[in-house]
Amino acid sequence: MRVRVAAVVSCTAVATLLLSGCVSGKKTKTNPSQNTSAKSVSLTISANDVVGGKNAAEATWITKDVIPGFVAMEKAKGVTAKVSFVGAGVDDEKYKQKLELDLHTGKASDVFAADGIWLGELASAGYVKPLSQVVGSAATSWDGWAQISKTVQQNLSYQGQIYGIPNGTDGRVIYFNKKLFAQAGLPATWQPKSWDDILAAGQKLKALPGVDPIQINAGTPMGEATTAQGFLPLLAGTGQPLFDESTKKWQGATPQVTAVLDFYRKIYRQGLGDPKLQQDQSGRDESFAEFSKGKIGMLVESDYLWRSIICPDKSQSGCNTTAMPDRNTTVGYALIPAEKAGEGVNGQNFVSVSGGTGWLLNPGTKYPQQAWELLSYMQSAAAQEQLSKAQTRISARADVNTATLNSDPLLTFIADKVLPITVYRPSDENYDAVSVALQQATADVVAGKSPQAAAKTYQSTLEKAVGGADHVQTG
Amino acid sequence: MAAPTTSRPAEAPAADSAPASRHDPDVAGLGRWRATGFAAPALILVAIFLVFPALWTLYLGLLDYSLGGKTAQSPQYVGLRNFSDALSDPLFTKALYLTLLYVGFSAVLGQNVVGFLLAWYFRNARAWVRVMLNVLVLLAWILPGSVVAFLWQALLDRQNGTLNAILHTTGTAWTIDHPMAVIIIFNIWRGTAFSMLLYSAALNTVPASHLEVARLAGARPWQQLRDVVLPTIRRHVLTNTLLITLWTFNDFTPYLLTGGGPDNKSQTLPVFIYRTALLGQQRLGYGSAFSLLLLIANLIIAVIYIRMLRARR
Repeated sequence: MRVRVAAVVSCTAVATLLLSGCVSGKKTKTNPSQNTSAKSVSLTISANDVVGGKNAAEATWITKDVIPGFVAMEKAKGVTAKVSFVGAGVDDEKYKQKLELDLHTGKASDVFAADGIWLGELASAGYVKPLSQVVGSAATSWDGWAQISKTVQQNLSYQGQIYGIPNGTDGRVIYFNKKLFAQAGLPATWQPKSWDDILAAGQKLKALPGVDPIQINAGTPMGEATTAQGFLPLLAGTGQPLFDESTKKWQGATPQVTAVLDFYRKIYRQGLGDPKLQQDQSGRDESFAEFSKGKIGMLVESDYLWRSIICPDKSQSGCNTTAMPDRNTTVGYALIPAEKAGEGVNGQNFVSVSGGTGWLLNPGTKYPQQAWELLSYMQSAAAQEQLSKAQTRISARADVNTATLNSDPLLTFIADKVLPITVYRPSDENYDAVSVALQQATADVVAGKSPQAAAKTYQSTLEKAVGGADHVQTG
Repeated sequence: MAAPTTSRPAEAPAADSAPASRHDPDVAGLGRWRATGFAAPALILVAIFLVFPALWTLYLGLLDYSLGGKTAQSPQYVGLRNFSDALSDPLFTKALYLTLLYVGFSAVLGQNVVGFLLAWYFRNARAWVRVMLNVLVLLAWILPGSVVAFLWQALLDRQNGTLNAILHTTGTAWTIDHPMAVIIIFNIWRGTAFSMLLYSAALNTVPASHLEVARLAGARPWQQLRDVVLPTIRRHVLTNTLLITLWTFNDFTPYLLTGGGPDNKSQTLPVFIYRTALLGQQRLGYGSAFSLLLLIANLIIAVIYIRMLRARR
């Protein structure tokens, strides 16, 4: 018996030693000239879009416009291209998880969509490489760059290198239901000038039966939507950015962070918002449904709500259950005010947060040049105008925006009024972990913890996430 | 290797019919090498699919290794730090407690008792009644988890759920107000079929004559159950409890109903590991440490049950 135990122990030890050093990062070698002259090419595109579901307009554009157009273009050059689209229709967090697992195992699509805020994490893991390495001069000398502003390029840049082509940008505003506002005696041209104005309007809306006055995203189930649509625009309204680029410090339990959490307390612990919606697994979709049915007074969202959720046309797939035929007359929008006038970042009266997705290349692609051709074809002015016919959005390209944005009042409002005052999220590899900690802090307040206690917990989580108290600003 | 006296009947002449020893381990008469040959495929599979992953989990647990970020590129060896962090993580303690609640109420009590009662009360029912019951209970068991979870979401939905429509309680968020109760009832509903089938078979092994004698002696149904049936099927009870305990311990389906929320109130260990290792923090190394602790917990449960089984022999 003793012999057998010794044998098992030593076998285990040997196996563990053999395994040591087995796990190592992906060392993808890039070779831009690989398969340059191939006559038969197969490529895949993936995005969190699906025909008939989430972001249906983009999925339809890829399958109906991009792929046939690209295949025809290659055919004219004597190349047989086979392009397939791998769609998905899940929460962004889960799409990201799948994407990283795919990249980790070397099975990711050649061209894929990603949110700009993931770039730090993807790049520092070695999952993606700068375009100059994957493609080379064809990418750096692309004529489209002249149409894309530096700010928007920043969304897909990490440590000074560009990793893909941005898809566009967005901006957050407060949407409100003018019919409910009229019933509560509030003006149709409402524009709050401070957080107190928002709360005061909420108090009036509270008198209406069956209406939740305010929806500002909170809690962990809403994921990044809590951070981008809720916490960060509010934090920008206190005058402090989340990450100080000069000192390289994140904000811990500062008075500003506590003030934002206290604003959440005033909404969700005093009957101005529905706390359970913030805890519901499908809370964000539920909040969209309720807003479209006139059961929510005001809601903070990006232009995504306007174009993809409450579009007036019911036949546009994706909007079919939440379409608002009377959107243009019923739904108003206002800028997000600072805590008090003039107290926002850079002394602003109003603030917003922007981000943007983009298309990246898998550095392990077999056909780097052809994948780039596909990518640049997708982001060409012609293809982007095709996309805007299915759905107007703020494109990365200035030429496309000039031609398309005028047709939509909200997008014009965002381009003219919001983008000049907006802030972007830091493209740091730790951003996602910080974002999760912020979501938890709002969840704690919604569940009844005091803002001070939630801020304290947030700070200790933050210190672990960013590698110590040296990177955290307090007081 | 240490027993030179072991006989090799396969090599022994057929005429030599006298048994070499009263405790001859080679009952099948295959000999050491042929026996090894027969067992080898199974052992190799066990090694590849069970032993290797367990060792791999142990190894990953020693690393600071994540799915994204710098430590995905270059994992750092951190020794036992993940394990010491894990044991002092309040979320882990909470998840372990919730898992024990979940296993205790939904499997050990719920599925066991409901499964047994169904088998007991319907044992003499008409054939078509039993067939109907079997079909209904089995349906809950054989449908894919994702489909079942979707049906339960429709049942429990806050605004348009069937349950709220029946009870006239529109607006009650069952999965948020009572997350543990929801997943426990769900798992009883889902998993009772196995216990019911096993106990139906076990009840057939209870000799009718014993029950008849008990009846003649004036034993009430409850006394028959306690003094005749339960002692006979005791080992079935233990085996069943062992299996459903282990399955429930590793069950991930609660995630599909409550996502571990609200505020981690229904976050059992498998859900906690998923959220640590893959979703959100994506700390593969830290998550592996939890996985290994879960594995050890499973082993402890298995050993306890097997001891109990032996003791009853």
